[in-house]
Amino acid sequence: MKILRYLLQKEFIQILRNKSMWPVIFVMPIVQMLILVNAATLELKKADVYIVDQDMSDASRQLVNKLEGNPFFNVTSITDADFNADDQLLHGKANVVLDVPQNFERDLKRNNSASLQLRVDAINGMAAELTWSYMNSLIRSYNNNIRANWMGISKFDPPQKIVVSQRYWYNPTLIYAFYMAPGVLVILVTLIGMFLSAVNLVREKEIGTMEQLNVTPIKKYQFIAAKMIPFLVIALLVLSFGLLIAKLVFNLPFRGNIFVLYGFTTVFLLGVMGLGLLISVVSDTQQQVFFVSYFFLLVFILMSGLFTPVESMPKWAQWLDHLNPLYYMMKVIRNVVLKGSGFFDLKYEFLSMLGYGVAMFSLAVMRYRKTA
Amino acid sequence: MMISVGNIEKSYGEVKALRGVSLEVKEGELFGLIGPDGAGKTSLIRILVTLLKPDVGSATVNELDVVKDFRKLRNQIGYMPGRFSLYPDLTVEENMTFFATVFGTTIEENYHLVKDIYQQIEPFKERLAGRLSGGMKQKLALSCALIHAPKVLVLDEPTTGVDAVSRKEFWEMLKRLQKMGITILVSTPYMDEANLCDRVALIQDGKILTIDTPEKVTQSFGHKLWAIRSDNMYLCIRHLREHSESDSVFAFGEYLHVTWKDQDMQADEMEKYLSDLGHTNVEVKRTEPGIEDVFMDLMQKHDN
Repeated sequence: MKILRYLLQKEFIQILRNKSMWPVIFVMPIVQMLILVNAATLELKKADVYIVDQDMSDASRQLVNKLEGNPFFNVTSITDADFNADDQLLHGKANVVLDVPQNFERDLKRNNSASLQLRVDAINGMAAELTWSYMNSLIRSYNNNIRANWMGISKFDPPQKIVVSQRYWYNPTLIYAFYMAPGVLVILVTLIGMFLSAVNLVREKEIGTMEQLNVTPIKKYQFIAAKMIPFLVIALLVLSFGLLIAKLVFNLPFRGNIFVLYGFTTVFLLGVMGLGLLISVVSDTQQQVFFVSYFFLLVFILMSGLFTPVESMPKWAQWLDHLNPLYYMMKVIRNVVLKGSGFFDLKYEFLSMLGYGVAMFSLAVMRYRKTA
Repeated sequence: MMISVGNIEKSYGEVKALRGVSLEVKEGELFGLIGPDGAGKTSLIRILVTLLKPDVGSATVNELDVVKDFRKLRNQIGYMPGRFSLYPDLTVEENMTFFATVFGTTIEENYHLVKDIYQQIEPFKERLAGRLSGGMKQKLALSCALIHAPKVLVLDEPTTGVDAVSRKEFWEMLKRLQKMGITILVSTPYMDEANLCDRVALIQDGKILTIDTPEKVTQSFGHKLWAIRSDNMYLCIRHLREHSESDSVFAFGEYLHVTWKDQDMQADEMEKYLSDLGHTNVEVKRTEPGIEDVFMDLMQKHDN
């Protein structure tokens, strides 16, 4: 126990003496929280609309007015001929082109039906779909107005229709930062747990001190514990710091129990640190550790559900995701923070992460032979 | 016997590093393991300090088996690897305290052992080990290897890449440690350091060529040795090797060391041979063999 305490003391001296550690602890969370949470957003802020109005009628004017008054759309220009509408899309000057054909109003009055055309830039499929559905609902409401006005249906005695009112639970105002901030915190914690501890351990090999340590009576578990505990502490510290930023900057609600979150994060860290340990045990240089952990990190992060929901991935990928510790943690942190889930709501995730940690540590310790 | 090695073999895949090495080191001895790079010195040392397991054979240090009793043994061995391997981001004092603590002791407890050496670096004890000069790093490494009062000190090429003055100083330190009763096993590629050891083992290609005191090793050289030089050394080597009676010709500093199959070969005969071939300023004299001559000789026999 005395040796472990001294080993820990030595690790902390070295970590704190390392000048690049301070930015990691304090600057990295701030930058990642402020930049990533704000930048990585799926919210549609403004879509540029180019309108080709070949009708120039009362009816078409009304539609244009409605568009101009909508905060989601920005009408860039209105013309009466479809000369260069495609170019607008091609050069990225507009996200949507709305075509109002000739005789739009006449058809509407005479036939009770008329067509409009929407052309949407779908390079970003998700944005295109959002634009389309916003546009669609705007046109639908325009349609309802027209019917009310022209067909003489009183606004006060509307025909029977089904009204769907919606409420978004757990994030009622659909603030995207509430969804992103906990996710970014997981990335932060992973970087520290996996990357830093792996690099730290392999450094002992690189500078040759491993050789010197191996002839001392230090036991395997003491050495590994002394390597892992400091980064566990730092990761939890960074998590707290990140939560504080999220609270102060984004006003992130915290509905769950903070200790449940710390408990889960610790179990999660055991898993990623175990993986980091395994990588550093089979590597000889920091460079190798960088490349191998980068590979795992990239796959883990992209498949974690940080940006895109895991449920929309193909079945085989979802199945594969059960090997991804970030997948569980992403779920856990969002549920704890936004929904207020407790330990028993997440016991499957808990057991999975615990199993992951035990497996990784066993593999790493088996590969780490002091006498080999 | 403090160290006893019995017929050890070790291979790394196809490469055979040690092919049946046996040797014994007595208590209190300063024992040298002499051989060129790649001879197997480091492999043998790593087996002795419990970092490597032999494929075949066994070894004991202070009656403890290097494989079975490795845990007990680690407390009794001080090991200084060939590469500087202390923490460059810890200070001199922190490094010392660290190694003392992991061995369950303190600097004060064994200060008498390292006093001579540590005193020289003590003024810099607040300095990071990575910022020390080469010689000071070496002294720190030696202090750290000694701080737990080991019975045996094992040093792997401690003087490689060290200047002549520091080398001399270092050997003096070893001598003093020996007087304190520590058994020392040191490996070196420098033949001239062999004379500073009590006994040496010459090792080449994973095999021991000979083990004896440096005097006896040099006495075992069974030929008359001649030192020869001329203005054109390169041609001189070629011409001497071409001579039908020459046995071995090696460059040795500013002279060539030459032995003849005919032990009665006379100096004027050699001089005449070279002068006739156009050499100027020819000089021929008898010389005493050194460890290196023995080594070359043994290597040649070994290769045949």
